Amino acid sequence: MKAEMKAVVLGLAALAAATLARAEEVNVAVAANFTAPMNVIAAEFAKDTGHEAKLAFGSSGKFYAQIKNGAPFQVFLSADDAKPAKLEQEGMTVVGSRFTYAVGTLVLWSAKPGFVDDKAAVLKRGDYNKLAIANPKLAPYGAAAVEVLEGMGLMAAAEPKLVQGENIAQTFQFALTGNAELGFVALSQVMKDGKITSGSAWIVPGNLHQPIRQDAVILSSGEGNAAAVALMKYLQGDKAKAIIRSYGYDI
Amino acid sequence: MGFSDADLAAIWLTLRLAGITTVLLLIIGTPIAWWLARTRSNWKGPVGAVVALPLVLPPTVLGFYLLLAMGPNGPVGQFTQWLGIGTLPFTFWGLVVASVFYSMPFVVQPIQNAIESLGERPLEAAATLRAGPWDTFFTVVLPLARPGFFTAAILGFAHTVGEFGVVLMIGGNIPGVTRVVSVQIYDHVEALEYAEAHWLAATMVIFSFLVLLALYTLNPATRRKQA
Repeated sequence: MKAEMKAVVLGLAALAAATLARAEEVNVAVAANFTAPMNVIAAEFAKDTGHEAKLAFGSSGKFYAQIKNGAPFQVFLSADDAKPAKLEQEGMTVVGSRFTYAVGTLVLWSAKPGFVDDKAAVLKRGDYNKLAIANPKLAPYGAAAVEVLEGMGLMAAAEPKLVQGENIAQTFQFALTGNAELGFVALSQVMKDGKITSGSAWIVPGNLHQPIRQDAVILSSGEGNAAAVALMKYLQGDKAKAIIRSYGYDI
Repeated sequence: MGFSDADLAAIWLTLRLAGITTVLLLIIGTPIAWWLARTRSNWKGPVGAVVALPLVLPPTVLGFYLLLAMGPNGPVGQFTQWLGIGTLPFTFWGLVVASVFYSMPFVVQPIQNAIESLGERPLEAAATLRAGPWDTFFTVVLPLARPGFFTAAILGFAHTVGEFGVVLMIGGNIPGVTRVVSVQIYDHVEALEYAEAHWLAATMVIFSFLVLLALYTLNPATRRKQA
């Protein structure tokens, strides 16, 4: 009887240990612009691997500061490629874990149907009240927008009409509420299932600006975390890539 | 190191915004405080609650609704367009309007408390001496309630200087127009320019401390109690 009990307890313990070893947890800091696709990916990830990815969404600049100050994240999905590279230089990441998980597409968008045509004539004519861009100092989409305006020789004309959002979500809000008739936003914000959902848009050709690379990296605290490694692998798999593309990113 | 031109522009803009807002709030807030302190109307509760809303609402909520209301399709935006002055978001005066709402309770409540604590007697005395309402206000209420007005002006000013969320939502971060100090600090931090951020942030801490110190040591009300 006693021996039997012992066997059961041992068996349960072994089972628990095995489950623990298999299903781990990973805390992920996710750039705000990647919220929607990442929620879907994390759900699929849990189904397919048993690991749990706990997601925190926010600005990459804030995450960088928090990570430097000991925030308990094991994986960082940045909105750019500069911050993961900087963390790598500073020895805060697992070497060799950095890769580009998504490439953003810039779009000139208006809440008004028919306002923007596929040649961005309205932008060239200067026939709009305000043009919203993300802060070029902080957001890669903003830097790309400035590059496009300069490349088209329209910066001088546009400058007095520029308003800046602190991030691409706020920039979209300015355009969505009609306070700015035009906005350079992320395609992922106005696209669902491969279609522009409302208003009118010009998808900016990729050759007009540097690619908007969003990089992911495993942080030092994620060293040896099986879930972190699994998530990085999952993000590069076909299933995740299809989800990422359906939200208007390239990869 | 020190302040860049952009930092100085932000500081000047912030002081201008806070100064104008405080003056407007004293003008608008005083009659509201007077009414709230004296009325027996059933509307006292609802009006007082609306004035106090910014105390509990996240600034992003207030900013978001102001953005919608003042936008081209919102009621305020329709009105300003009808007046021929365009829409308010992304302008200095848009920030002033937002700040007036945002800092309202910090000005109305101290004045209201001061007037309530006067009680009926000084006003009745003034009335028996045939003082008109304006006369009563300037020669009786204003001098007696001075500590309340002092607190109101300082808190209104300081709170507007510290405003961030609302400005972020409706400002558009335009240098010299809507880029105030708090937004400038935020930009420095987000861009990992920590040294620049420290300069401005430390200045804000010292400024806020000095303002509150002034409030607690210079205010006639607290001084009288100490004496």
